[in-house]
Amino acid sequence: MQQFDSLQAFLSMGGHGPYVWSAYLVSLTVMAWLLLRPVIKRRQLLIALKKQQQREAMFGQTGH
Amino acid sequence: MWTLFKQWFHKMGSPRWFYYATGRWLPWLGLVTLVCLVTGLIWGLAFAPEDAKQGNSFRIIYIHVPASMLAMAGYYVMAVAGAIGLIWKMKLADMVMKSAAPIGAALTAIGLFTGAIWGKPTWGAYWVWDARITSMLILLFLYLGVMALQYSYRSQDMANKASAILALVGTVNIPIIYKSVDWWFTLHQPATIKFTEASSMHPDMFRPLLLMIVGFYAFYTLVLILNTRVEIIQRERRTRWVGELMGEA
Repeated sequence: MQQFDSLQAFLSMGGHGPYVWSAYLVSLTVMAWLLLRPVIKRRQLLIALKKQQQREAMFGQTGH
Repeated sequence: MWTLFKQWFHKMGSPRWFYYATGRWLPWLGLVTLVCLVTGLIWGLAFAPEDAKQGNSFRIIYIHVPASMLAMAGYYVMAVAGAIGLIWKMKLADMVMKSAAPIGAALTAIGLFTGAIWGKPTWGAYWVWDARITSMLILLFLYLGVMALQYSYRSQDMANKASAILALVGTVNIPIIYKSVDWWFTLHQPATIKFTEASSMHPDMFRPLLLMIVGFYAFYTLVLILNTRVEIIQRERRTRWVGELMGEA
């Protein structure tokens, strides 16, 4: 059922290669960013909160 | 039945319950997303037959249609969450609304971008002021508007109210997008997938598309949950349960 005879044919997509591959590349990059963004934000937030917790444990309850 | 629903509604409204429940769902959701998207992409790119008229450029459909569908479905998620937050003052609903806006904006941008690229070999132009394309551009601005409002108020409460009202007013645009291909017969082709009758697409092309749509729904849910969980920790950081969560981490 494979539609292409060679890797070359697959990449060129019958002349439509640049359109197809740029559409997929940009879309998948945006989707990867969507997925990574909350993961990175969560890590940064946890580090910040942990530091704050340690500070409060050292100097007693501050802030509010 | 009604009391059962009310109990469930209250439980769902608790950020803590949501955080722990979704923590158990995430691995499965991630697995479904990965399997559907990887299989669907390979199937659509290499195994689906070539389109008789458009050639291989039609393969863009496997990103374009699912992304655009989720861009619209995601708007309802955002608007309904905004309404629940506005009416019942449910904190969790406000967090879901805030989380949904950037995801919807990104998916709308993907729909517009892939559509523009697909338009070049098919219609001979990247951009046309066609009814469908224009109403999708308005959708992008609505998402960006909700995001901007979130940062425009010093009080989170005011920001949520303003965002929710804009989100609700903007729902008017969704049926316009949906019907635009029938009301104004311009350039964009009518819907390929219909709920009321058989689709106008060959099964060999349609099956990978269906898989991609399921994959995009799973992907959307996954990213929405991940964003909402970060939002929950952020806003509940003073509570005891988040403190205990820190201790475990």
